Amino acid sequence: MNRFLVQRLGFILLGLITLLVVIPILLVIGTIVVRGIAAISWEFLTGMPSNGMKAGGIFPAIVGTLLLTLGTAMAAIPVGVGGAIYLSEYARDTPLTRSIRLAIINLAGVPSVVYGLFGLGLFVIFLQFGTSIVAGALTLAIMTLPVIISASEEALRAVPVEFRTVVVSLGGTRWQSTQHVVLPQALPGIITGVILGLLRAAGETAPILFTVAAFYLPRLPQSPFDQTMTLPYHLYVISTQVPGMPAEIQYGTALVLLVLILSMNILATVIRSYFRRRRQW
Amino acid sequence: MHEPKLGIQDVSYAYEGQPALSHVTLDVPANAITVFFGPAGGGKTTLLRLINRLNDLVEGTRMSGRILLDGQDIYAPGLDVSDLRRRVGMVFALPLPLPATIRENVLYGPMLAGISARARLEEALERSLTQAALWDEVKDRLDEPANTLSGGQQQRLCIARSLALEPEVLLLDEPTSGLDPISTGKVEDSLFELKKSYTILIVPHSVQQAARVADHAAFFLMGELIEFRPGRDIFTFPHDRRTEDYVTGRFG
Repeated sequence: MNRFLVQRLGFILLGLITLLVVIPILLVIGTIVVRGIAAISWEFLTGMPSNGMKAGGIFPAIVGTLLLTLGTAMAAIPVGVGGAIYLSEYARDTPLTRSIRLAIINLAGVPSVVYGLFGLGLFVIFLQFGTSIVAGALTLAIMTLPVIISASEEALRAVPVEFRTVVVSLGGTRWQSTQHVVLPQALPGIITGVILGLLRAAGETAPILFTVAAFYLPRLPQSPFDQTMTLPYHLYVISTQVPGMPAEIQYGTALVLLVLILSMNILATVIRSYFRRRRQW
Repeated sequence: MHEPKLGIQDVSYAYEGQPALSHVTLDVPANAITVFFGPAGGGKTTLLRLINRLNDLVEGTRMSGRILLDGQDIYAPGLDVSDLRRRVGMVFALPLPLPATIRENVLYGPMLAGISARARLEEALERSLTQAALWDEVKDRLDEPANTLSGGQQQRLCIARSLALEPEVLLLDEPTSGLDPISTGKVEDSLFELKKSYTILIVPHSVQQAARVADHAAFFLMGELIEFRPGRDIFTFPHDRRTEDYVTGRFG
C-alpha cells in the first residue's frame, strides 16, 4: 500500500480516537447542563433546603463546600509547599528522604474512603474535634498533600540548578536562593498543583462522609467546629437516600458543583499563564 | 618574595571515589592573571570551585590539603563561607543572568551583603559595569530584563555582577566559551584592565587564549599539575614533554 495512504489512514484513526475521548466529557457536561439548568434560580442558589430537601435551595451546601475547601487550603498549602521546598532544596539523598518520597507516592494511591476512616479515628474521635469543618478540612488536607508536594517539588526542580549556584557564589545562602530566585520561578507550577489538589478535595465525598458532612442541616455552620452540608455529599444523599426526589434538583446540584470546580480550574489556568508571561528564562 | 595572594598546598580531591585532583601545590600571585590550562577533565574547574568553596554544595566528595587566602585557611572551621565568596568572586562558563533586570543583577550581591545606601549602590552599579566594559551599552536600559542582552553582553553582565562585590580574587571558568571573537576580545580587554586591582584566575577556552592573557600559567593533566611557572615561558619553552605536546597541538 502507498505509504502516504497509510499515513492518511493513521491520522484519521488517531483523530477518531481523540474524538472518542472528548465525547464522554461533552456528554457528561451536556446532560448535566440540559437537565439541571431548569433548577437553577436565585432561590435555589441562596435558599435553605425545605420539605425534606425536595424543595428550596442548596445554599448551605455551597457555603459548606467553599468553607471546607478554604480550610483545606489553609492546612495543606503551608505544609505541602514547605515540605516540597525542604525535599527539593535542602534534603540530602539519604534512606530517610528516600522513604519519605516513597511514602508520598504511596499516599497518593490510598483510596479516599480510607482517608475518611482515618480522619474519623484521628480528628473526630481521638482529638475530639467531633464531626466538624475542622476535622473534615484536615482530612481533606492530608488527602491532598501528596498532590501538592509532588507538583510543587517538580516545579522547584524545574528551575535550573545554576541559578542556585549563582546566588551562593555571590555570598547568598541556600534560603536566599530559594526565596529570591527559585520560589518565584516555580510559583506558576506550584499554584497549578495546589489548585488541582484543592479541586480534587472540593469534589470528594468519601473523606467527608464521616468527618464533617451533615445529612440535612438547613442553616449555615456557626463555627469551625460545626457540621455542615456540602455539595458532593448532598448530591449523594438526594440521589440515593431520599425517595421521590425531583431529578432536576439532582442535576441542578451537580451543575452547581461542576461550575464551581470548572471555574476554579479556569482561575488556575489564568493565574498560571499570568505568571508564565512574567517568567524570564 | 612577598606572600602570594592564594596558596594552594598539596590539594587532593575526589568525587565519589574518583580522584579529580592529586597533590596540587602552587602559589597564585596578586594583581596578575594566572591561567589554568590543559585538556578537559584535568581538574582546572574543580580547583577553581574549591577556591570559593562552591563544591560544598556537592555531596560525596573528599578533599585534603590546604588553600590559603592571604595566609588564612579558607576551609578552617568557623570561617564565614558567605564572606569568603564575597572576597572570591566566580564567573561561569555560560552567562547566567538571574531572572531580573540588569540593575538588579549587578546589585544582587551587594544587597545580599546588606548594603542598602542608595548612593553606594549607584556607585557600585556604574563602577562594576564600567569595569566589565558594558556601561556604555546598557546605561540607558538598566531596568530592562537581563535576558534581553546578547550573549556577550550577558557574560560581561555576569562579570560586572561579581565585580560589584569588589572581590579580591576573581575566578573565571571558560568565560568566553560561548562568545563570538568580538565579545571575547572585549572580555579579555576588560581582564587586562581588571588585573590592576584584582587577582585573576582564569580557565581559558583555548591554548591561544591562555597564551594571550597569561601572566603566569599552570598546565593540568588528568588531575595533576604538570608544570607551573611565572611568566609566559611555558608557551614557548615548556620544560615538560607533555606540556610541549599540548601547547604545540599534538594532543588536546
